[in-house]
Amino acid sequence: MANELRIVEAVQQALDEELARDDSVVLFGEDVGVTGGVFRATDGLVDAYPERVYDSTLGESGIVGVGIGLAAAGMTPVAEIQFQSFLYQGFAQLVQHAARLRSRSRGGFTCPMTIRTPYGGGIRALEHHSESFEAGFAHVPGLKVVVPSSPTETKGLLTASIRDPDPVVFMEPTRLYRAMREPVPEGDYTLPLGEATVVEAGEDVTVVAWGSMLRTTLSAVDGVDADVEVVNPRTIYPLDTETITESVKKTGRCVVVHEAPMTAGLGAEIVSRLTETAFYHLESPPERVTGYDVPFPMFAREEAYLPSEERVRAGVERALSE
Amino acid sequence: MPRTTVAEFTVESLGILAPDGEVDEELVPDLSEETLRGMYRTMRRARRLDERAIALQRRGELGTYAPGIGQEAAQVASATALADGDWVVPAFREQAALLTRGTPMHAILAYAMGLEEGAAVGPDDRTLPPSIPVGSQALHAVGIGWAYAMRNEDPVALAYFGDGATSTGDVMEAFNSAGAYGAQTVFLCQNNQYAISTPRSKQSRAETLAQKAIGAGIRGIQVDGNDALAVYEATREALDHARDGDPVLVEALTYRRSMHTTSDDPRKYRQEDEEVDWDRRDPILRLESYLRERGILTDDDVAALEAELETEVADAIERAKGMAADVDPADMFEHAYGEMPPWLERQLTAFSGAQGGAVDGE
Ligand SMILES: Cc1ncc(C[n+]2csc(CCOP(=O)(O)OP(=O)(O)O)c2C)c(N)n1
Repeated sequence: MANELRIVEAVQQALDEELARDDSVVLFGEDVGVTGGVFRATDGLVDAYPERVYDSTLGESGIVGVGIGLAAAGMTPVAEIQFQSFLYQGFAQLVQHAARLRSRSRGGFTCPMTIRTPYGGGIRALEHHSESFEAGFAHVPGLKVVVPSSPTETKGLLTASIRDPDPVVFMEPTRLYRAMREPVPEGDYTLPLGEATVVEAGEDVTVVAWGSMLRTTLSAVDGVDADVEVVNPRTIYPLDTETITESVKKTGRCVVVHEAPMTAGLGAEIVSRLTETAFYHLESPPERVTGYDVPFPMFAREEAYLPSEERVRAGVERALSE
Repeated sequence: MPRTTVAEFTVESLGILAPDGEVDEELVPDLSEETLRGMYRTMRRARRLDERAIALQRRGELGTYAPGIGQEAAQVASATALADGDWVVPAFREQAALLTRGTPMHAILAYAMGLEEGAAVGPDDRTLPPSIPVGSQALHAVGIGWAYAMRNEDPVALAYFGDGATSTGDVMEAFNSAGAYGAQTVFLCQNNQYAISTPRSKQSRAETLAQKAIGAGIRGIQVDGNDALAVYEATREALDHARDGDPVLVEALTYRRSMHTTSDDPRKYRQEDEEVDWDRRDPILRLESYLRERGILTDDDVAALEAELETEVADAIERAKGMAADVDPADMFEHAYGEMPPWLERQLTAFSGAQGGAVDGE
């Protein structure tokens, strides 16, 4: 059986099923209870599980830090950070404790916490509501970073994240929350973390994209006069280098697309890995199509900032031109 | 040693103009008729701006907007107590305080249209841009207030934040460091009873938010936030203390009468009888009846003000729309660094090319 769900509903379903399956799961975050979260991703859950769904006090350092304690005491915390930019307020707890509780206690304590957070631009939001800092989180050893791009991926990857024995930052693309519906497997359904997927097979050039940029990429390459292979890593860390490498070995060309700024973004890491794993297969310099190295502009300028279909297409054509 | 009490604290609350119109004449601050009329006028300007902004947002002409309807006394009266050289460090709902400080209406609207220009600051401005990360700005007010303390100068920084913000580490750090440094800072907490959907009662078990000052060793006082006279007086006293290096937390009890922001529906978490109850305590009507009773305000004045406001808001909207129409996206590159780094120059070049449909990347 499969219901047609949007991403936001897939989140709700995954949370609902995990709360039902495992008594140790606790949901908390600003406004997740009575209103069901600002994006309604937790709608109704406080009614179904009043003892395990909480409106937290305000403060992300507190949310992450308290979650670490809950985890140490045997709970499975699933925290919502209302917008990814406010996870900066919890970053110290994430880096200094969540990510290293296991290693510092020699495995004695673990932190199986999932931090869900909407990210990314394109919804004409206020300042500080549009960043995509996935590379920053991926830079922290001990964390996992997951970015779904469809309802099915959301259900499978979120369920896997909650069951994962380590802390996971689960970044939900705000722009896609209600953008599409698709049949999503009901009941127990997981997708493995750390496995990329080939969304479209092709022979001429590989484009790597995730989250909302995957949608932009798919529309963009529709108009390209070449056989494009599109790879979606789904998990930013651990990153499935093998799948990307295999693809680039086949096509000889690579374009990485991301919303985040170019410098030290994930594109840099992917291209760097390809020089290690597929250097002699490269037929043209890898391309990056990314946000610019400026603070994410307010919404009057965000369309100019975000990689557009034209920019993706131009990047693909440059990769193909040599 | 037996168990003894080593310290005891009390929290004072101040009200001057009661909801039923009764006035404690002894406490009435010494304000000129002109100042009183000015406060009333700015409160009305702020209310009108917020109402129009909500309507504009509904028509898709504005982005998400956080109205301060119901909080006009807390903001306008506190900002009125400031001296010219003092600073305002706002959160994101402080249109009324900004208007009091002279920020033009069209700038507020431009910001809400997603234009950085709306937060542009002139060389003599002492108002920081809006701060959206909750509570983060309170520390900036400490830094500013400390700078003046170090230099033995008069100015004070007035930081605004909400009840929810008092749960954040930054705000608690701000209280503590302000006390430790003797910063010339006043914290104005607008306890409007909700942090989005979370009621004040769920935010903290503390009986008052004012008492959060006590743990930091600074003064805390509660004030009727819908009573412009009381807010003015409490802030004036707080500013006096702060000028001497004694920071103060003022908790203004008020109510956010409209939505948290235009993306929120308060019916999900609020009871109508509570809303009606607070409607009756409207800060503007309260000041208005006080001024009318004293003959400071007449029907003619109110009618004239209304007409004037319609024109002001309409002009401001036109001006902001003009700014939006003229927006140059390339200028997102201009202000990232004092001097544009070479790789950013290359991105800008590529950007300009991409705008014209040509190249991208390096
Ligand atoms: C650090 C941070 N976390 C979360 C948010 C999302 N958010 C915006 S306003 C708000 C509630 C703020 O409540 P309060 O401090 O009482 O101020 P009010 O909105 O009532 O003026 C929240 C949680 C944010 N902007 N910044």
